[in-house]
Amino acid sequence: MRLEDFLLMRHELLLTLIAIIILIAEIFTDDFKKQGIRPLSIILMAIVTIVGFLPAPTGTLFGGMYQATDMRLMMKNILNIGALIVFIQSASWLKSDDNQNKVSEFFLLLISTLIGMNFMISSGDFLMFYLGLELATIPIAALAAYDRYSNKSSEAGIKLILISALSSGILLYGISMIYGTVGSVYFDKVSVAYGATPLQIMSFIFFFTGMAFKISIVPFHLWTADVYEGAPVNVTSYLSVVSKGAAVFIFSIMLVTVFQNIAAMWKDVMWITAAITMTLGNLFAMRQNNLKRFLAFSSISQAGFIMLGIIGGSELGMAAVVYYILVYIFSNLGAFGVIAAISNASGGKENMSDYDGLYKTNPALSLTLTLALFSLAGIPPVAGFFGKFFLFTAVAEKGYWWLLTIAVLNTIISLYYYLLPVKAMFINKAETSIAYFKSDGWTKVGLIICVAGMVIVGFASVIFEYIRTLSFGL
Amino acid sequence: MDFLSLFVIVPFLTVVGIVFCKDFKQVRLTAAIGMTIQLGLAVALIFMYLAERKAGNMAEMLFMADYVWFPSLNIRYAIGVDGISVAMIGLTAVVVITGILASWEVQHLSREFFISLILLATGVFGFFITIDLFSMFLFYELAVIPMYLLIGLWGTGPKEYSAMKLTLMLMGGSALLLVGIFGLYFNSNPDGGQLTFHILEISKVHIDPMAQRFFFPFTFVGFGVLGAMFPLHTWSPDGHSSAPTAVSMLHAGVLMKLGGYGCFRVAIFLMPDAAHELGWIFLILTTISVVYGAFGAIQQKDLKYINAYSSVSHCGLVLFAILMMNKTSMNGAILQMISHGLMTALFFALIGMIYGRTHTRLINEMGGLMKIIPFLGVVYVIAGLASLGLPGLSGFVAEMTIFIGSFQHTDTFHRVCTIVATSSIVITAVYILRVVGILLMGPIKNKEFENLGDAKWFERLSLGTLVVVIASIGLAPLWLSNMINDSLVPIIEKLTMNL
Repeated sequence: MRLEDFLLMRHELLLTLIAIIILIAEIFTDDFKKQGIRPLSIILMAIVTIVGFLPAPTGTLFGGMYQATDMRLMMKNILNIGALIVFIQSASWLKSDDNQNKVSEFFLLLISTLIGMNFMISSGDFLMFYLGLELATIPIAALAAYDRYSNKSSEAGIKLILISALSSGILLYGISMIYGTVGSVYFDKVSVAYGATPLQIMSFIFFFTGMAFKISIVPFHLWTADVYEGAPVNVTSYLSVVSKGAAVFIFSIMLVTVFQNIAAMWKDVMWITAAITMTLGNLFAMRQNNLKRFLAFSSISQAGFIMLGIIGGSELGMAAVVYYILVYIFSNLGAFGVIAAISNASGGKENMSDYDGLYKTNPALSLTLTLALFSLAGIPPVAGFFGKFFLFTAVAEKGYWWLLTIAVLNTIISLYYYLLPVKAMFINKAETSIAYFKSDGWTKVGLIICVAGMVIVGFASVIFEYIRTLSFGL
Repeated sequence: MDFLSLFVIVPFLTVVGIVFCKDFKQVRLTAAIGMTIQLGLAVALIFMYLAERKAGNMAEMLFMADYVWFPSLNIRYAIGVDGISVAMIGLTAVVVITGILASWEVQHLSREFFISLILLATGVFGFFITIDLFSMFLFYELAVIPMYLLIGLWGTGPKEYSAMKLTLMLMGGSALLLVGIFGLYFNSNPDGGQLTFHILEISKVHIDPMAQRFFFPFTFVGFGVLGAMFPLHTWSPDGHSSAPTAVSMLHAGVLMKLGGYGCFRVAIFLMPDAAHELGWIFLILTTISVVYGAFGAIQQKDLKYINAYSSVSHCGLVLFAILMMNKTSMNGAILQMISHGLMTALFFALIGMIYGRTHTRLINEMGGLMKIIPFLGVVYVIAGLASLGLPGLSGFVAEMTIFIGSFQHTDTFHRVCTIVATSSIVITAVYILRVVGILLMGPIKNKEFENLGDAKWFERLSLGTLVVVIASIGLAPLWLSNMINDSLVPIIEKLTMNL
């Protein structure tokens, strides 16, 4: 390995480095000074995020096992942004009495999942892919169970680890069949040799199912709501945004490269599952009162929308997916950030009815949540509008007019339930609404980043155009 | 900086200004100043437009500007106006400023109220200046979404239900519209070149008739929802009756015109073949709207419901006239949009003011108001007469033109539709005169009403402006109808080209 080769892997290496620094810091601080780890980790993560954007060479490593293209680097950068916001938003939560002696664990686990996701995105063969996937999922189960004294949190952890194991098993079975029929695990070899023999179709179905669990596509979504509800808010936000985003990234890359020979088949499968996912996710979201469950179902339906971009299979669709994930990171983290702030300040109030009359007491938080929900619903002038518009363009480009019609009608259903919290905050009257509280600096910074992202990413067309130029060379 | 963009920038700056205001007096003053500037701009635009035309500039659109926004998809912020959009901008500016005056005493969360109101206006102005389907769609949604908070927060009656119903139905319309827009976009260049959202560029292309047949219904229904086309009009009575005064004014006066304008500018102009082929279906629906709305108005007891149903009827007439697809009727349609916009704003302003005094909108509980509040009473009569089409007021000009235009069709189907629609004139007279009789004439029914005060200065100013504009259009309609006529020429050419 030459020195330049390290540059190709800089995301993974830098993340590993900061994980080690945090570990050392953990060893050399005594129990009273653990709080210092929070700003340290955030600053380190911010540096890594910025360094990620610096221009660097592209290429392959380890005989094609590891691939670094501009598009994949962009995906990693987007995930870094998401993780950074999650770090910032968790800062005030980690200060609480329950958590203050396990601060560095939180960051270490998060960083190791992020390393896993980066390896997964850069993977050039199924082994690297599987390795990254496992590294990305298992620590999250520990994070979901982070809340030691909450039964629901432990339940979430157990559920997540069981579901991950099950889906990884199915996935691995699919991969083994692919290996059995093609004789190679390298993506470029598989993509050439892959056909539509019964065993290969079977292997694709297993692979698809495994990934569908990770992205929580209907009918493999059943774990989502329980895990999202049980896990601490900050973990949920990470799970719903960064973790899901990474899975979507690699899934879309693999569909258009590895499985390009059977594109006609997976497009049909995706057509049906996308329609069902959007619709069912929306219908369930309408009935929720707990905001975490609410956002869980909303994220299921968002996954359906994201699949629209993949179905197009064009570079426009690819760019739309990546762009949408970026928008989704800001919007969903904005929503979760508000929910986390309120939950921390009010002693765990997470129901929609608790938010009645919130605008009177906490106008800034209410406006942020409104903006985030509008962005999720795809209403201008926030970025979600542009994101959805490009996803729809990608479907329309390929002439899937009926799917497009189903999708636009689904945006109306989703608008209904996204307006419900808005209604609660602005219109409903409450005898005892959540009292005014002052958010601490970190929370504010986190939310300001989200709001700025929601506004700027939409209007500044350069961002989409840049992603678009990258999407030509996967 | 181009002139037309000011119509979006001024409201935006007004909103920013309101954010920094201290109390509600400053807020309303800022709003009023901003929207007066806007009215000034609109008047200036009308004169500039007429001057350009007089100087012999016969371009399809004037004051055009074009900024590339998303180059890879050829999404642009393109603006330009013809006589029709100029007229609509003038209407919007008048209705917005009178709406602000009519809500001069909104004190409950006044900052938020005026911000939402002006955001709504921004969307409407933006919609009328743009000639790019993407930005048009963006402004359309921007205009609809503040309605939810405006009705939900400051409304009356079952406001949450009405607000949700209105928002979802209008957004549903916009969702269908989106499919239509994509249809136009992906068929905008059959030779495989650069696709475009630009309306003028698409209008130069002959879109594949098969595609037209598929996408025309999406587009027409999408805009038709906003134009209260039967059977998708149900948001309108509920929404209007629950909305606060200024919002009803703006909504019935201007926002519903977005529907008519869009049907005309996008659905029919860009897909003429399908319009000729499928127009009859929508013609039947709009004829039903016209008559059904009028009958609905007779049945109602609540002043706002009466006016809301009357809006369904009148806006139905707009779509009806557009679907007749000849020059006279289309001219009538635009005139009707302006005339209805003004008089329905006047009606809703009056109803708001009467309700603010009597705290009831049921006509049976009121009576003899002419004796107590003569100014409001007289203006109500004027509004009523304009609505039923009395010569000398704007309503007459519009309806006359529409029916003359639609009678130019000689086939039975169009004749029958025209005759049925014409009957609405009589029904309109019935419900208007009935209301005027019960509400204003006769003995004073309720003793408590005897001490009600007449209109205050801002109310007089608001009503006076609207009455003056209505009367001046009624007395001197020719400059307006000439301005519209010039701009109809390319559209009519396009409509008759492939017959």
